[in-house]
Amino acid sequence: MNFRTFAAFVGPSVFMMLLFIAFPLISVFKQSFYVTQPIYETVEVETCTPGFLTQTCVTEEKSIPKLDEHGEIITQTRFVGLESYRNVLEPERAWRAISEGSWSVLSAINFWKALRFTLTFTLITLPLVVGFGLAIAIVINNAAQAIRGPVIFVSLLPFIITPVIGALSINWLFRGDGVLTAMLEWWLNRDIALFAQAWTIELLMMLYRVWHVAPFAAIVFYAGLQTVNQDSLESAVIDGASRWQRLKYIVIPHLMPLIIFVSMIHLMDAYRVFEEIVGFSSQGYVISLQWLTYDFLVPDQAGNRSISRASASAMLTMVGIVILLIAPLRRTWRDHKGGH
Amino acid sequence: MKLKTLILAGAMSVASGAAWAACSFENTVPLKSLSAGFEAWKAVTDAMAECGNFSASLDQEFREKQPEAFAANPALYQIGGVSNATLVPLLNAGTIRPLDDLVAKYGQDLLPNQLIKVDGQTMAVAMMVNAQHLMYRSDILADLGIAEPKTYADVLAAAEKIKEAGVVEYPLGGTFKTGWNLGQEFVNMYLGEGGEFFAEGNMPAINNEQGVRALETLKAMTAYMDPEYLVSDSTYVQQQFQQGKIAMANLWASRAAAMNDEAESQVVGKVKMAAAPMGSAAPATTIWWDGMVLAKNMSDEEADAAFRVMMEGIDAEMVQANNDVAVWLHPAYTPGELAAGAAASAEAGAKPYPASGPMGIMHTALGNGLADYLTGAKDAQTTLADIEADYLTAAKEAGLVSN
Repeated sequence: MNFRTFAAFVGPSVFMMLLFIAFPLISVFKQSFYVTQPIYETVEVETCTPGFLTQTCVTEEKSIPKLDEHGEIITQTRFVGLESYRNVLEPERAWRAISEGSWSVLSAINFWKALRFTLTFTLITLPLVVGFGLAIAIVINNAAQAIRGPVIFVSLLPFIITPVIGALSINWLFRGDGVLTAMLEWWLNRDIALFAQAWTIELLMMLYRVWHVAPFAAIVFYAGLQTVNQDSLESAVIDGASRWQRLKYIVIPHLMPLIIFVSMIHLMDAYRVFEEIVGFSSQGYVISLQWLTYDFLVPDQAGNRSISRASASAMLTMVGIVILLIAPLRRTWRDHKGGH
Repeated sequence: MKLKTLILAGAMSVASGAAWAACSFENTVPLKSLSAGFEAWKAVTDAMAECGNFSASLDQEFREKQPEAFAANPALYQIGGVSNATLVPLLNAGTIRPLDDLVAKYGQDLLPNQLIKVDGQTMAVAMMVNAQHLMYRSDILADLGIAEPKTYADVLAAAEKIKEAGVVEYPLGGTFKTGWNLGQEFVNMYLGEGGEFFAEGNMPAINNEQGVRALETLKAMTAYMDPEYLVSDSTYVQQQFQQGKIAMANLWASRAAAMNDEAESQVVGKVKMAAAPMGSAAPATTIWWDGMVLAKNMSDEEADAAFRVMMEGIDAEMVQANNDVAVWLHPAYTPGELAAGAAASAEAGAKPYPASGPMGIMHTALGNGLADYLTGAKDAQTTLADIEADYLTAAKEAGLVSN
C-alpha cells in the first residue's frame, strides 16, 4: 500500500483519536498542575428566610465571589505544581501510617482505601473471569449443534444487560429483605444483613462483575476453540491423553494469545470499577479510584467542585492501569518477537 | 396509584392545552422552568401550565444544570426552582434578578415571609417549607405506655422499650445513607447542640464537645436501626414506616402524606407527627424552604410574564387542591395534622439550614467522613479532625480559605 492510500485510510481515525482522546488527556494532565478559583471578598450580608408567620433575618459575614463588569465571576488560575497530587495521595500521612504498620490509619485516607479495593477487585475477578469464560466456552463447544444457538444466547445475556441496571437489580435482590436475602434467611434460619459490612458488599460486587463479564470471555474463547488443530487433538486421543491433558497441553496453549487479550481488557475495565459502587451505593464502606474522581467532580449544593484534584486522581488512575498492563504487554511483545 | 396519577396528569395537561380555564390571564410569552421533581413541584408547575406557553422540566439533577443554564445569555430557563442551598450558586454568580418591582406590581397575595431577601432585595419567592421532624407510631407508643419523646434521650429510652417488647422489626429508622443524607443528620444534631460550623475566615470549627455529642447520639441511634442504615435514604425510611417495620424516625415533612396513602401504606392514621427531638440547645433539625427565582438574562417582558405565571402556580386554588402535599406558605393553606411536626419544630426554635459556599463543602465532607465513626473504624475526635482536614483541602482548592 502506498503512503497516500495508507494516510487516507488512517487519517480520519488519527484525527478522531487526537481530538477526542489525546487533547482531553493533555488538558486533564495540565489541569492537574493548576488551580482555578474565584476571587472572594468578605462582605456582611443580611439574609431573610421564611419562618412560620414571621421571617428570620440574620446578618453575617459571607464570602462572595467578585464579578466583573459583564457579570461574570472573576477567576484566577495559578500553577500549584504537585499540590493536587499531594492532596489526593496525602503522602505524609500515608508514610506515617506505613512506618507505624497501621493498616487502619492508611485505609482512612480515601486514595489508599480506594486503591486497596480497586486492586483486590481487579486481581480477584481476573482469574475467575478467565476460568468461568473458558468453562462456558467449552460447554458451548460440546453442546449438541441443535441447542448451541440458544445456549450461546442465554450465556451472553448477562453481558447485554446495562451495567448500572444489572448492579441495581443485584442490589435490590439482596438488600434489606430482598427476595434472595429473605430466602437465605429462611434457609439458614438467621437474620442476614448483606449491606451492613464491607466484606459482604465486596463479595457481591465481585460476584456481579464475574457474572457480567464472563460471557464476553466465553465468546472470545469459543471463537478460539473453533481453530484448535483437530489433528493434534486426535493424535492426543490415540496417545491416550485424558480430557484434562488435552485441555492443558493443546487447547490452553493454543488459546494463550486470547487469554492474554481477555486479561488485558479485563484489567483495564476492572481497574476503572465504578458502576458497582453506584449501583450498590457502597460509598460508606467501599470506594474505588474511579468513584473518587467522580466524587471530586460532582458539585455540592453550593456549586463547588474540585476539578484539580479530580484531574490528579484521573491521571493516577491511568498510571495504575499502565503499571498493571506492563506484565501482559511484555509477554505479547516477547511472543511477537519470537514469532518472527 | 402511580398509573392513576399518570393518567390524571395526562388528562390535566390535555385539558390545560385546550383551555386556560384556571388561569386568570392568557400567557403569550414562551416560558420554561427547571426545578426539582418532587410532588409539590409537580402541583405548582401543573398550575403554571394552565396559563399556556409554559413547559416545566422536573429534574432531580437540576442543581447541576441550573448554574450553567442561568449563566447562558439568553438564559435557557426563565424560571428556576431552588431551595435555600441551591440558591447559593445562582446568587454568587449573579444570574438571578431582584424581584421587588414585580412583587410590587403583581405580588399582592404574597405573605411577607415568602420574600427571600438578600441585603434588602427580594431575590426569590418561597412557596413551602420543609423540615425533618419526629414521626412515630402512636398506636405502639400508646400500647407500651410511652409518652411522646421530646428529646433524644427520650427517643433512645423509647427505642429500648420497643425493642424489648419486640413489636416491630427495628424501633428506629433514619436517613443515614452515606453522602448528603448522613451529612444532613449531623447538621441537625450539631445545630441542636448549639454548635457553630465555622470560625473566622471560613475555618472549620466542628471538632469540639458539641460535635462529639452529636456523633455519640447518632451512633447510639444506629443500635436500634436496620443494620444496613448506611444505604437507607428518605424513600427507604418512608417504606419502612409504610410496611410497619419501624416505630419512630426523624423524617422530612414532605414525606408525611405518604404515611396515609392507602395504596402504599399499611399504617394509615397510625403515624403521628411531632416536633423534632430537642438537642441541648435547639430542636435537632433545620428548616428548609423551596421557592422560585427568575433569570437575569431575559427581557423585562419575559420577566413580567414569568412572574405572573409564577404567581398563578402558587395561588390559593393550587394550595387548596394540594393542601396535604407540602407545608405551603400561603394564607389559603390549612395546616392539618400532617404539618403539625414541622410547625411545632419551628415554634420550638429550629434554625434555618445555614446555606453558604463553605457549608456546601462542609456538608460533602461530613457526608463522606461520618461513616467511619459509625462503623467503628475511627473514634469521634479522629473522625471530626479528618473531616476538618478534608474540608480544608477542598476549601483551599475552591479559594474560600487562604493558604
